[in-house]
Amino acid sequence: MRRRLTSIALLAATLALAAPAVAQVRAPDGAPNPTASSVNEEMLFKQDPKIHGRISIPNQTAANLIQPQGREWREFRESWMPWIGALAVLGMIAALGLFYFTRGRIRLEHSEESGKKLLRFNSFERFSHWMTASCFIVLSLSGLNYIFGKRLLMPLIGPEAFATLAQYGKYAHIYLAWPFMLGVLFMLVLWVRDNIPGKIDWIWLKQGGGLLGDAHPSAGRFNAGQKMVFWMVVGFGFAMGATGLMMIFPFAATDINGMQIMQVIHSLIGVVFIAGILAHIYIGSLGMEGAYDAMGSGEVDLAWAKVHHDLWVKEQQAKTASGPQLGRGQVPAE
Amino acid sequence: MARMKFLCDADRCIECNACVTACKNEHEVPWGINRRRVITLNDGKPGERSVSMACMHCTDAPCAAVCPVNCFYTTADAVVLHSKDLCIGCGYCFYACPFGAPQYPRVGNFGSRGKMDKCTYCSGGPEVDLSVAEYEKYGSNRLAEGKLPLCAEMCSTKSLLAGDGEMIAQIYKERVIKRGYGSGAWGWKTAYRETIAI
Repeated sequence: MRRRLTSIALLAATLALAAPAVAQVRAPDGAPNPTASSVNEEMLFKQDPKIHGRISIPNQTAANLIQPQGREWREFRESWMPWIGALAVLGMIAALGLFYFTRGRIRLEHSEESGKKLLRFNSFERFSHWMTASCFIVLSLSGLNYIFGKRLLMPLIGPEAFATLAQYGKYAHIYLAWPFMLGVLFMLVLWVRDNIPGKIDWIWLKQGGGLLGDAHPSAGRFNAGQKMVFWMVVGFGFAMGATGLMMIFPFAATDINGMQIMQVIHSLIGVVFIAGILAHIYIGSLGMEGAYDAMGSGEVDLAWAKVHHDLWVKEQQAKTASGPQLGRGQVPAE
Repeated sequence: MARMKFLCDADRCIECNACVTACKNEHEVPWGINRRRVITLNDGKPGERSVSMACMHCTDAPCAAVCPVNCFYTTADAVVLHSKDLCIGCGYCFYACPFGAPQYPRVGNFGSRGKMDKCTYCSGGPEVDLSVAEYEKYGSNRLAEGKLPLCAEMCSTKSLLAGDGEMIAQIYKERVIKRGYGSGAWGWKTAYRETIAI
């Protein structure tokens, strides 16, 4: 009780001391200062990084008076992102170039089974792949345009032509995002069961996957490298889709700071995704003889398949009762 | 040339929203877009203040820096303008702006943003001054007619000041000295990296 009394007395004394200090702020004519207790910018910024109030127009998202976080976002976009993007994309191209000139093209090894064909991807699988792939190419070029267009392309073709191109690029980026997301979903459903990581993948990785050295480690339908590409496409595809949707629909899920963060994630993952897909394009075309057929005609050379996907070939052959392989026109039982 | 700025003396703003209305009417701003807005802080509490806010025409404008098509430019009066012919409606200027000034008409599917619209300081766009094309895209060009922005011109309490930064700062200083207290130059530190020293 005594303690409480003491604290009340202390409080009263403090108030008595403080009161004249407030009263001193008066206008020259002696009128009290109505703003002595009013809000001010510094005080509000101490409470919250954004100054937020009430607004009477219908657009409630306009109720922020000052939201300075755009400065950090600007710093990222203008000072960091061009370098990160250039490093990721050009770094991967340089690495692939170096690999090509040291390792060279991985040649098809001929055997008595050369010429026999085995269906690797059916038409729906190829459709899903190419729908996603063609969207990805347009999305990545139009995406890179947001970062590098004004630096590289605009000085070459002039502001008007560049703005027109960038406008079509934006439409393409927004509209092709939808078939891209659909394609990622299709591929997830089609191939997820063949992409579960297992012990065999660890052995494949330890042997350098046949990329380094001449070993041909065993692999099922997809080797560890392909599984990595699959999970990269699924993971990054979902991340790009989620962050992109939040930017396509402003304020639907996040506020202004959320959209800034989404843009940062979207662009960072975007350039790493492009670098990863460049490696995928390389090994699926120039890097390895015979690999392109899998997604081209859908049928691969049996000799190639036995070398690179021995376990998968065995599995396919076991499924067909008598025959050692599946000929042209026959659909594998899967 | 002058360095045009806005200054809202929050001690005088009565939240009448006439600046918002005047702006919309003067420039025939479409539905859903407000180039200027009034925000009330500490609403209903002691120390409540209202501040009228639009594009502050920043020094080293963040919108201009982040624009992927470089559609922004700064006039001789230090007004930050943009070209709607070049704008692609990506929304980046809105992410960068500390004042939430850029607005986008909602056109097309998937919430696609149309060409950005914002306060022009009543000085149009890159088109020929006072041309029909300029009016249709950006609204009227009062600066070309020798007038100041309408929002500030018609502010009933003369809370919102527009004009050369030095001159409006001087007016504000005189007010502060006369009444004995300031109300803070809202947004000046963020937009111009300086505030008004009294």
